[in-house]
Amino acid sequence: MHPHSVPPPIADYASAALLDDVDRRIINGLQGGFPVCTRPYARAARDLGLEEAELLARLRRLLDERVLTRFGPLFDASRFGGANVLAAMSIPRQDFERIAQFVNQQPEIAHNYRREHRLNMWFVGAAETPEKVEAAFRYIEDITGYPVFRFPKEQEYFVELMLRA
Amino acid sequence: MEFVLDAVDQRIIQATQAGLPLVPEPYAAVAEKVGIPAEVVMQRLRAMQASGAIRRIGVVPNHYALGYKANGMTVWDVDDALVDALGERIGNLDFVSHCYRRPRHPPQWPYNLFAMVHGHDRKEVEQYAAHIGRILGLACHQHDILYSNRILKKTGLRIAP
Repeated sequence: MHPHSVPPPIADYASAALLDDVDRRIINGLQGGFPVCTRPYARAARDLGLEEAELLARLRRLLDERVLTRFGPLFDASRFGGANVLAAMSIPRQDFERIAQFVNQQPEIAHNYRREHRLNMWFVGAAETPEKVEAAFRYIEDITGYPVFRFPKEQEYFVELMLRA
Repeated sequence: MEFVLDAVDQRIIQATQAGLPLVPEPYAAVAEKVGIPAEVVMQRLRAMQASGAIRRIGVVPNHYALGYKANGMTVWDVDDALVDALGERIGNLDFVSHCYRRPRHPPQWPYNLFAMVHGHDRKEVEQYAAHIGRILGLACHQHDILYSNRILKKTGLRIAP
């Protein structure tokens, strides 16, 4: 697998964790509630005690440094008939990188984490329809030869986490 | 509740799912890309917020970069008759970010309750898991904690064009 095609290991994020007070204010204050208006950055900046240009520059830097994975609307695919299914595979060490690269290439795969367990690859399939997610899982099974264990959510116990920076 | 998306909503989602433009008038920039007035973009986004199709608009932090280096998926084998009542209580704990009931796959996978726990280190995650274990009590027969040790891919929702 090409070293640049996957995010770096966790240790590489250490330098990104050097956040100042303004960064923390942005991260803690802007996990939701970004306004929908003509100049939303100006309004959000005012609430945070910043200038519009500074907020824009900070967001750009936090995204570049991958302190933030994204900035924008967080869609709930299940609310518009979309499907979102957790799945896991058990991949031997020698095949792991190759299979991870293949799985990640599928546009329906939204997240993929390596976890310490016999089931060591955990990913989310997301698409407009359950059929498209299921087709992606079947395709992964057909090409890799390894089974995909499906863990569709049967019940959600709703929570809202705010991560403190 | 299901929300019916029309072609305009779909184009707005495609234009924003990777992120909002970092320019002073981001919705106007999206509108230009989609080919509709900015007012319509804002109106559609507000409607999607009201319906729950958009959970929130804001920053999505990278757990690891914020020092939440231990990300434990705690999984529990809980009596079917009690799992929903207990799941509500687990979901209310402030260190739990997601909590779901999911199917078991015996014999490889006996667990039906999943609670994602974030901590600065594994010791903190284990303390939280012990707290969950006390709430579940005798209704829980076995459990495990799966730590992630690498993000292989993380993107938002993708709707293919």
